[in-house]
Formats: sequence, C-alpha cells, structure tokens
Amino acid sequence: MEVTQTTSGNSVTRLEARRTAQRRWVHLAVWGLFLALMMLMGIKLYRVKLGPVSAGTAPNFTLTTFAGESHTLSDYTGQIIVINFWASWCAPCALEAADLEQAWRDYRKRGVMFLGIDYVDTESEALAYLEKWNVTYPNGPDLRTAISQAYRIKGVPETYIIGQDGVIVGSIIGPIDYTKLSATLDKLLNQ
Amino acid sequence: MLTFSSFGAIAAQDDQPTDDEVNTIAKQLYCPVCENVPLDVCGTRACAQWRASIREKLAAGWNPEQIKQYFSEQYGVRVLAEPPTKGFNNLFWALPPIVTIVGWFLVLRFIHSIRHKQPAARQPVKTQRDAEEYAARLEDELAQWR
Repeated sequence: MEVTQTTSGNSVTRLEARRTAQRRWVHLAVWGLFLALMMLMGIKLYRVKLGPVSAGTAPNFTLTTFAGESHTLSDYTGQIIVINFWASWCAPCALEAADLEQAWRDYRKRGVMFLGIDYVDTESEALAYLEKWNVTYPNGPDLRTAISQAYRIKGVPETYIIGQDGVIVGSIIGPIDYTKLSATLDKLLNQ
Repeated sequence: MLTFSSFGAIAAQDDQPTDDEVNTIAKQLYCPVCENVPLDVCGTRACAQWRASIREKLAAGWNPEQIKQYFSEQYGVRVLAEPPTKGFNNLFWALPPIVTIVGWFLVLRFIHSIRHKQPAARQPVKTQRDAEEYAARLEDELAQWR
C-alpha cells in the first residue's frame, strides 16, 4: 500500500514538473518574440533618430547613370567627390542646379568628381530636368533607393562632400550655392 | 466627314487608359516621399509623375503586375502596398496571425487557470483517496528534503 502511494506521488510530482517546464518554455517563447519585436522597432527608431550620415567613411555605392555608365565611389579614392541628391519634382533642387553645374565645370580640371543621384523620380522627367539645366556631370537614378537609404537622407536636395581619404567632410541639407561649395572645395584642395 | 471625325475621336479615347484604370494600380503603390499616402490620392508632384508613368505604361500595353514589378525594381519593395511573400517579407505576413494565436492562447490559459484555481482554493480535501494522494505527495516531497 505504501509503495503504491509513493509511486502515485512520484507520478503526480513528475507531471507537475513537466507542466512547470512547459509553462516556462511558453513564457520564454512569448517573451523572446516580444523582445525580438521590440529590438526590431528599436533599431528602426535608432536609425531614424541618427539622421543623415554626416561623418566617417562615406558609404560605398555603384551608380549607373542614365547614359549607362557605371561609377563606383571607391574608385575615386584620392579625389574629392561631391554627391548631390536631387529630383525633378523638387523645387529647391532647381535653385542649386546651375550652381552645381558651374562648380563641376570649374573644379573638374582640379580633380574634383561630381555625382548626381536622382531620388524617387521618373526617367523622362529626370532627363528633361537635366536637359533644362544643362547638367553635364554623371547622373543616375537611385535604384531601389539603396544609396539614399545608405546615406539616410531626409529629403532632397542634399549634398555630401567627400575628402580624398573617402571620409565625409561636409553635408548640406537644402540647396547649396556656388560660393559655399567653392569655399569648401578650395579649402580641401589647399590642404 | 463629321461622322468619321467623331469615330476617330472615340477610337483615340479608347487607346488612353482611364483614370480608374490608373488609380486601380496607383492604389496598390506608395511613394516613399509621401509615406502612408496611397499613390491614387497623393497630391504631390512626385506622385502625379508616378501616375503619369503608370498611364504611359498602360497605354504601351503593360499589365498591372508588370507595372508593379517595374516600380518595385526601380524604387524598392517598400513602394508596394502588399509586400511580396518571400524572404524576410514573409515575417510581415506571418507575424499578425502568430501574435493573434499566441494572444488567444494566453487569454484562454489565463481564463482556464482562474476557473481551475477557485474551486481548488475553496474546497478542502474531501475523499479518502484525495487525502491519501495528498499525504503521499507530501511524504514524497519531504523525502526530497531529508
């Protein structure tokens, strides 16, 4: 009789232990899922809060221009590079278009490279814009918005100036003018 | 002459996609510039250009799937109202039912635990068999501490 009681007691204890373990796994899974979701949201919010890339090594990218040429940023190490994000639907972009083109014509002889990145635009409108402002430096679409996401741009226009060592030396949110751009480029070239 | 010109006009009109046809596709797209606003009701210049692009492609004989594919290749999958069911995007489809199932499971478990706890707390050990089982369990647990 005593043996039977002990056996039944053992099985009850084992059953409870198994239930406790199951409960623990369920809790662990639910909390794990919750924490994973919170982490994903946290990373996303952190990236938004960070704002545009303004320092450090410039994120590398390859731009295929409307003419079909390929330009990889890392190929221009040793040169100063001006990256301009723009769009044909963006009114402030039109304010800087002529100044950027003038700067390109003046500074390309001194080894400065200009790259125009067309953000969320339609090709026909983009080409019409480039023709209207007589833009001659390489320009291409930001396919799948990969480049603008890498630079975490807030909108257009935005301009980034990258030094000879591949490090971002300046970022301008909003339209840039010739005086401001040439002052930065002269300073970098005279270093 | 008049009859011919009016037929000509009707035929030219038929070649052009209607606003409804354009908006049916535009409704399924979101421009990254104006987040959370479907393309069919977005009033920005960028969205107007996109709608014009849809119209051009429809007129050129593209079907809605080809147009959506073009936009996702050009601007990324985030422009699609419904993310494609592949890779990491599966998570967007799987998560809501998983969260709902887990939520219901937890609610039901909670209700179950309340229902089963109350009588146990109120009713003391009644039968001889219960008393024996309880005593056996007690003995067993005490034995573990000795």
